[in-house]
Amino acid sequence: MQTSETMERQTPILEVDHLTVVYETAKGDVIAVRDVSFSLYPNEIMGLIGESGSGKSTMAYAILRMLKGAARVVHGTVRILGKDIYLLSPEELRKFRWSHFSMVFQSAMNALNPVMTVEAQVIDTLKSHRPHLTRLEAKERALELCELVRIDPRYLKSYPHELSGGMRQRIVIAIAIALEPSLVIMDEPTTALDVVVQRSIMDQIRDIQMRVHFSILFISHDFSLVSELATRIAIMYAGQIVEFTDSHSLEDRMSLHHPYTEGLWNAIPKLANRNIVIEGIPGGPPNLLKLPEGCSFHPRCRYKSEICSAQTPELKTYGTYEIACHHVLDKEGHHD
Amino acid sequence: MRYFAQRFGFFILSLWAAITINFLLPRFMPGNPAEVMITRYQGRLNPLVLHSLELQFGISHQPLWQQYVTYVQNMIHGQFGLSITYYPVPVISVIENSLPWTLGLAGTATVVSSILGVLLGIFAAWKRGGMADTLLPVVTTFTSAIPYQWLALLLLYIFGFSLGWFPTAHSYSATLSPSLHPAFIGNVLDHAILPATTMIVTALGGWLLGMRNNMIHTLGEDYVVFAEAKGVTQKRLKYMYAARNAMLPSLTGFGMALGFVVGGSVLVESVFSYPGIGYQLVTAVQNEDYPLMQGLFLIIAVSVLLANFIVEMLYGKLDPRVKKGGAGRS
Repeated sequence: MQTSETMERQTPILEVDHLTVVYETAKGDVIAVRDVSFSLYPNEIMGLIGESGSGKSTMAYAILRMLKGAARVVHGTVRILGKDIYLLSPEELRKFRWSHFSMVFQSAMNALNPVMTVEAQVIDTLKSHRPHLTRLEAKERALELCELVRIDPRYLKSYPHELSGGMRQRIVIAIAIALEPSLVIMDEPTTALDVVVQRSIMDQIRDIQMRVHFSILFISHDFSLVSELATRIAIMYAGQIVEFTDSHSLEDRMSLHHPYTEGLWNAIPKLANRNIVIEGIPGGPPNLLKLPEGCSFHPRCRYKSEICSAQTPELKTYGTYEIACHHVLDKEGHHD
Repeated sequence: MRYFAQRFGFFILSLWAAITINFLLPRFMPGNPAEVMITRYQGRLNPLVLHSLELQFGISHQPLWQQYVTYVQNMIHGQFGLSITYYPVPVISVIENSLPWTLGLAGTATVVSSILGVLLGIFAAWKRGGMADTLLPVVTTFTSAIPYQWLALLLLYIFGFSLGWFPTAHSYSATLSPSLHPAFIGNVLDHAILPATTMIVTALGGWLLGMRNNMIHTLGEDYVVFAEAKGVTQKRLKYMYAARNAMLPSLTGFGMALGFVVGGSVLVESVFSYPGIGYQLVTAVQNEDYPLMQGLFLIIAVSVLLANFIVEMLYGKLDPRVKKGGAGRS
């Protein structure tokens, strides 16, 4: 496993710098992603966790430069392999996207065109970026990809409706890695699938990543799923990243965490005990139109004090972790 | 292949049903054409004449099933009896002479308006919120709200009567005889422009709005977003991913419109005295020409069924999902 120190010496694949995304609504701007900065290094798998509406998917779309409708990037930059993707022309973007970074969407069921064969859609991807590729070469590559995602090549001639959800998602993954990108964003790739299929897809993602090497930004609301795959995990709350941590630190009760991370971790049923204990986080997700003053988590936090509602905490480094909380060090009832 | 057999079987079954209903309907109605003629002459015809009329019109007092067998045999041989209006011309010749005009006029108008409407719909949805998208739906909603026959009369009055640019009636000038000579073809086109324009203008809006709305819906589909992300060219995205899926409902509409080509042009053909099926139908009704009516109804029913069959075949080609009997069954 790579540590953060060795990774910092490499050039990052993805650099997100002070990224802020808003949705313009009739009631005012909703800030979906707030001043997010992070980098992703070659071959690194980073998890991004947050509850529904925390801005994870919006951020993924912003990194892909695929924001639609009312969503706008109002501040910050996204660099992939050192290139600011928001400075590319539409045609440059079309060529750059997918050859260097791609995304596996949440909707496995609907991501494939129902009226084209699976093979045609894989070949379409290849030919769109490599127009000089012959049909035969494209077909061969499609076969290779099939083998990589472990799909029987005879299914290449099938239409999406003839395949199961798991197979469709495998095809989507095959399309995502077709051009050997350096970065694949995976936005809850297993949400639409049942638990057994979910497991096999997760194993496969890990297996493929080890064979062909690319970085993954893995987005999920499922803590246990992410901690198995990712080395570094970012926790998002109300559009902000409130913590960067290592996946193994979560098991360690002594390591420092944001109160929200703690809450999420406690919300996972623990089967080790005779009694299954599930502890929820009190309250509900905040209204993004009117975020609480100071730390946005403070109304739900059991460690809150006066400073929490007065001052927004910054991300501070604690060893290899970064946490944005006023009370990281004096938790466990140490504050007065 | 199984899909084809299934559809074809259904086509034959509904054809049989149409023929049977066409047989039964007139027989359920009180009276018959011969009696109509008798009443017209207020009983001044003697019973012998009545009998000969009955023979001519194929009215028999045999049991129903025997009549049915004879009827089906006649249908298969294309014998629909003699027309009263054009007595003694057989109904089949009247149909033979008018069907090409209707197919040529209404068929072409339907094909042109649907293709044009679908293309404009794709264009409007693709440039959503642009000039075309703001103007086209409003303009075409207006044009499709114009009553068909009113527009026909208006065009006839302005371009036919006042300006004299186009002929006001018939499918070609009486001075010419049908041939493949360019002058004759030009003459036919000249006669067809006004009725065709009427049909295209009033139908265009429906195609455009339907396609635009479907296209906008499809553009938001995950597979279109995914295709855009994976970098397919804009043209391919527009046609192969978005329009290709968005046009499927329009294709169903096209099948229905195609079916109504033969029976649906009554008003336009009446206004322009265009000698098609619709015009003949009005004539038949006015003259209580039962054999002709029956023949025309059959032709209309057959064309609706045939159009639906063709579109279903096309649908099977264009949407792979319909070929299977349902998800999971294979």
